[in-house]
Amino acid sequence: MRIRLTLLPYLIWSTVFVIIPLMLVIIFAFSTPEGNFTFNNIISVGKYSYVFLKSIVLGLVSTIVCLCIGYPMAYFISKIKAKYQNVVIMLLMIPMWTSFLLRTYSWMTILEYNGLINKFLSSVGISKINMINTPGAIVLGMVYNFLPYMILPIYTILAKTDEKVIEAAQDLGANNLKVFWKVIFPLSIPGVVSGFTMVFVPSVSTFIISKMLGGGSIFVIGDLIEMQFLGNTYNPYLGSAISLVLMLMIVICMGIMNQLDSEENANT
Amino acid sequence: MKAVKIQKNMKLKQSIISLNKISISFNGETILKDLSLDIKEGEFVTLLGPSGCGKTTTLRIIAGFLKQDSGDIFFRGRTINKVPAYKREVNTIFQKYALFPHLNVYENVAFGLRIQKKPENEINKKVREMLKMVNLESYINRRVTSLSGGQQQRVAIARALANEPKVLLLDEPLGALDLKLRKDMQSELKNIHKETGITFILVTHDQEEALSMSDTVVVMDKGTIQQIGTPEDIYNEPKNAFVADFIGESNIVEGIMIDDYRVKFAGKEFKCIDKNFEKMSPVDVVIRPEDIKVTLPENGDISGLVTSVTFKGVHNEIIVDVDGFKWMIQTTKSQETGDEIGMIINPDDIHIMRKSSYSSEIGDYSAFSDEFYEEQHHRE
Repeated sequence: MRIRLTLLPYLIWSTVFVIIPLMLVIIFAFSTPEGNFTFNNIISVGKYSYVFLKSIVLGLVSTIVCLCIGYPMAYFISKIKAKYQNVVIMLLMIPMWTSFLLRTYSWMTILEYNGLINKFLSSVGISKINMINTPGAIVLGMVYNFLPYMILPIYTILAKTDEKVIEAAQDLGANNLKVFWKVIFPLSIPGVVSGFTMVFVPSVSTFIISKMLGGGSIFVIGDLIEMQFLGNTYNPYLGSAISLVLMLMIVICMGIMNQLDSEENANT
Repeated sequence: MKAVKIQKNMKLKQSIISLNKISISFNGETILKDLSLDIKEGEFVTLLGPSGCGKTTTLRIIAGFLKQDSGDIFFRGRTINKVPAYKREVNTIFQKYALFPHLNVYENVAFGLRIQKKPENEINKKVREMLKMVNLESYINRRVTSLSGGQQQRVAIARALANEPKVLLLDEPLGALDLKLRKDMQSELKNIHKETGITFILVTHDQEEALSMSDTVVVMDKGTIQQIGTPEDIYNEPKNAFVADFIGESNIVEGIMIDDYRVKFAGKEFKCIDKNFEKMSPVDVVIRPEDIKVTLPENGDISGLVTSVTFKGVHNEIIVDVDGFKWMIQTTKSQETGDEIGMIINPDDIHIMRKSSYSSEIGDYSAFSDEFYEEQHHRE
């Protein structure tokens, strides 16, 4: 009884802010403006499959870049002295205290055609490079913003890894490389999976980054959805349908990832 | 008979691991000081001592997990100071098993063989052979996390032995098991030692385990070796008050060596079998509680008042106050608190030791309850 009571605030919260909005999205996705049931919204999402593909590729590239940078970093942090670990984690978190928008604006001023980098380049006599409004700029923005979400879960797992298990592997003849690939990495897969999810999901659905660093020239799902609700093409029914499809795709992706994770753990 | 056999073995066998003046300190605290030790091929050696005595550190230096500050370590006569852990021909059984949680029983045992890139059929054969030895054949595909402590320890043993090490290092391997299981595993380990002929180096703080399992016991304290010998030697001829106190129960009394075969303690002169001490030199006298015979006050060499009696099953453990010094006696005779009893001590049962830095630290059994508490505390 006591447990149920303590659950109450959360239940109210999730009902008001998660379940009801979610139901509304589902209802809208299957409704005409007149309030009749229809599949047309869902069917017309198919027209935007190219946008979906582009978003997923961008999200995937960002996530993989995050993993390639984040894993070694998490490993490095877990290996330094315990008292410095917290300091490094703190340094990692500090940028997150600044507004997400502000940080992305800063990247604009850095990457712009007349921005900091190009000013520097022209001052040393190198011709300017077109950086902003490219897929590269979007990936950079995503990696910059979401990297901590990759590092933290991997670091948490690596820091927990039993030193004795590593010693046992060395004891059985494994050199450092083999210890890593046969013991440390397999044991850290749950961290990799949650890091992957935590970066991939916002990367696929973000619209601010693509808008600011892509300059609207690169149109992703986030932009598409935003347009349906706030833009001139106002169509919340289609917007809900796109959201629903995106949500389903993410749920399926997460399901596959979790499956990989549990298989790795069970390993029978 | 057994002792003779071991002596013979030792003469025949070459030394496999030699430590020469090993020293190491952490954060300015000395852990090992000029430790030298010679371990013979096929021997079962136990490093015994209280926690913090440096026994585990010694083992970790042999395994290669720690690098000594100074001194040399030899394997079959060749120095292995610079050989990393993964290249040493020793394998370790860890206290908390340290199995690979992401691998099943089969893959845990196969780990070392896979590292060596052995062919699959050979791995399969070896893994099955090892699991058969530790009676875990039917658990071959189980997840290691689903096994009990005893079963996990068996997997750890199989995993270490699959690599066919020249030396097996055991770091308090039975510490986490309950008493019954510990006894079973002790005899199992002894059998494995006999069957494989591999050199075993066991670290433990359990003196009973050390005495019952090993060919040679190395008693350590404060980073130095206090005594090396067969279990019989260590028990019967402790070198100093620390060893006498740590191994079994002992009454350690201050005495004066009057002459060869004559010692004075507890206000009386006794005949003994020790000699070659300086005349009238102060010594520590050890008398085991089970060696004291209880008699009537007028018939005893010395007499005292029984202050406590504890029933221990096989015998009674009684504390006797003799002029303020509390003796422990283990006897099958029943006594009551407050009884006046006599004690007979035979010359064979008196063991004389030179004074050491421990002499002043170790007293009588008046603080017995504290000691008991410490021991309990230590086990946790």
